[in-house]
Amino acid sequence: MDLDFTDSEKAFRQECRAWLEANAPREPLPSGDTREGFALHLEWEHALFDAGWAAVSWPKEYGGREATLFEWLIFEEEYYRVNAPSRVTQNGIFLLAPTLFEFGTDDQKERILRPMARGDVTWGQAWSEPNAGSDLASLKSTARRVDGGWRLSGQKTWSTRAAFCDMAYGLFRTDPEQARHRGLTYFMFPLHAEGITVRGVDRLDGDEGFAEIFLEDVFVPDADIIGAVHQGWKVAMATTSSERGLSLRSPGRFMATATRLIDLYHRYRDRSTPVLRDQVIQAWMDAQAYRWFTFQTVTRMTQGESIGPDSSMNKVFWSEMDVRTHETALALIGEALELDEGSPSAVEGGYWMKGFQFALAGPIYAGTNEIQRNIISERVLGLPRK
Amino acid sequence: MRFAFTDDQKMLRDTVREVLQRECAPEVVRAAWESRPEGVHAVWNTLAETGVIGMAASEEAGGMGMSELDLVLPLEETGYAALPGPVFETAAVGIPLLEALGTEEQIARWLGPAVAGESRIVVAFEDQDVVPHAASADLLIAERGGAGFCVPVTEASVSAEQSVDRARELGRVSFEAREHHRMRDDIDARAQFVLGRERAALGAAAQLIGLSRRMLDMAVQYAKDREQFGKPIGAQQAVKHRLANALIEQEFARPLVYRAGWSMATGAPDAEVAVSLAKIYAGEAARFVAKEALQVHGAIGYTIECDLHMWMKRAWALAAAHGDPAYHRERIGRHIL
Repeated sequence: MDLDFTDSEKAFRQECRAWLEANAPREPLPSGDTREGFALHLEWEHALFDAGWAAVSWPKEYGGREATLFEWLIFEEEYYRVNAPSRVTQNGIFLLAPTLFEFGTDDQKERILRPMARGDVTWGQAWSEPNAGSDLASLKSTARRVDGGWRLSGQKTWSTRAAFCDMAYGLFRTDPEQARHRGLTYFMFPLHAEGITVRGVDRLDGDEGFAEIFLEDVFVPDADIIGAVHQGWKVAMATTSSERGLSLRSPGRFMATATRLIDLYHRYRDRSTPVLRDQVIQAWMDAQAYRWFTFQTVTRMTQGESIGPDSSMNKVFWSEMDVRTHETALALIGEALELDEGSPSAVEGGYWMKGFQFALAGPIYAGTNEIQRNIISERVLGLPRK
Repeated sequence: MRFAFTDDQKMLRDTVREVLQRECAPEVVRAAWESRPEGVHAVWNTLAETGVIGMAASEEAGGMGMSELDLVLPLEETGYAALPGPVFETAAVGIPLLEALGTEEQIARWLGPAVAGESRIVVAFEDQDVVPHAASADLLIAERGGAGFCVPVTEASVSAEQSVDRARELGRVSFEAREHHRMRDDIDARAQFVLGRERAALGAAAQLIGLSRRMLDMAVQYAKDREQFGKPIGAQQAVKHRLANALIEQEFARPLVYRAGWSMATGAPDAEVAVSLAKIYAGEAARFVAKEALQVHGAIGYTIECDLHMWMKRAWALAAAHGDPAYHRERIGRHIL
């Protein structure tokens, strides 16, 4: 066991820090979940990519720098330390790309990865349907075989930022004779194609961060299937496990939030109570607990272990921690908490209320925490399904 | 950065695990509750033969010269088995204190027998007079007025107190300090006892994660076996989610305990914070797992017949011992706020 960073990891941190401090926007950008904010975030993504920071762990040929997993965690710590913009490319870089690396063809990787990482082509996920949320395997959207490809029909929903994205990916039923998770195929499809209608949906915080996607005989060539036809479930599960686990939420984000909460505590000390002080300490400790848990997990991964259903523990922990941390911040702010972003007197520009509303989504997206607890109890603890 | 134990460390853990599986079944713990400690003595002897009791002692003293990090996994196993007796008190706190502060005569008389598992050491820190396992220990190392005292229990007065965990054999100790009790004063004794306190907190934390793991194992097994409404209760989502929560609490405490062991072993500057984090999370996880395990067991869990209670009570005691969560939280608060 060696819980110090190596010299080369420390050097990597210095390099990240120097670049981020020199280049990250001084002022926060407008929300990336609005049309204007999204465009500004993409400019930032271009800059990140051009300097080689957009996807540090990727192979160099796709614009990465072949960083180790620990270096990636270090990058994330530094990224959130300077409060750099949220990653509007994340549904591509962190969810689709790992799937492509595992199941994609050379042609797909060649075509898709670099434009994805630079933010030239943006990606949204299209998992849920109106009647297939937690029970994703009950999805009804179909793909019909035609000459040279497929025609997709149906409806997807809760697609993050799909109102502003170029492309999406999701599961479609290719074998109508098969039920549930059999007979599904993983497709990538354009959001501006003929037969597509995208309707933005305003989220809890009012931003158009969600979208519904209506598909009517949308053509997709064979080349845009990931993995084998009818094998989409297996391919998709590889993505969801990275969504729940490490790649979506590295510890750096929560450490930065905890540090910011401590700053807030110092400014609002006069309003604080022993209970609130205790909650501030708890928030800091939870971020530490998540960090060390992650370092242990990443060591297992670098030793070739697969994490599998353990990733559900991550997801429950970080999502519920994030809600508690924001609740503590709002309790410190007191009645001024209602001053929303855009309100002249809002504390930190309304950062905490905005973040609180975003945090509330955590226990819901990427598989609700109820589903995660089912997975933990059945696949980790071995309790009976029925 | 590499957060994993070595093969040697894991091998030692496996050895301890096997010994305890073989020789420290719940009946042995139960016997200790009923003042029949023979089984426990037998386990101690076997553990001493494997070198575990004396693992922190120097090699010239017959030990293995092991660090706090090496100690964590074996101690976790002793928690899993709820092994009665002053295990970390002797192995992780008492022996190092004796080696650091003992006079030549004190070391000559006590170190060998302690390493061999024949003499058990308990430690009374400043202001602490109720001492776990005092009644059955052989040697008391006490911190009084910043100095160390090495007192054979036969030369101290021990009046029995009753722990909710009967296997802890609490005793209120007092002694009349005599010249031969005095430990070395040419060494900063206070600093050694500070270190001893940290080791005790770490030792308790390591046992606590072992206790949690066992209580969760018991509850999961019970949930699979016990049928109501024609199916195992563990098929009910309400039961599943309790157990999932218990697992999460336990698994997030574990790396903090391992990291605290590493921090102490390497003398990391933030070792104190690491120990406090470990003690808080291990203690709170154990209390949480205990509560959930009890609920899953239902009425049978609420009896002395069911083994669970011995693990629960140990968890309650250890979560509060060597700095309860409030104490350690305050230490962290002073560091970060």
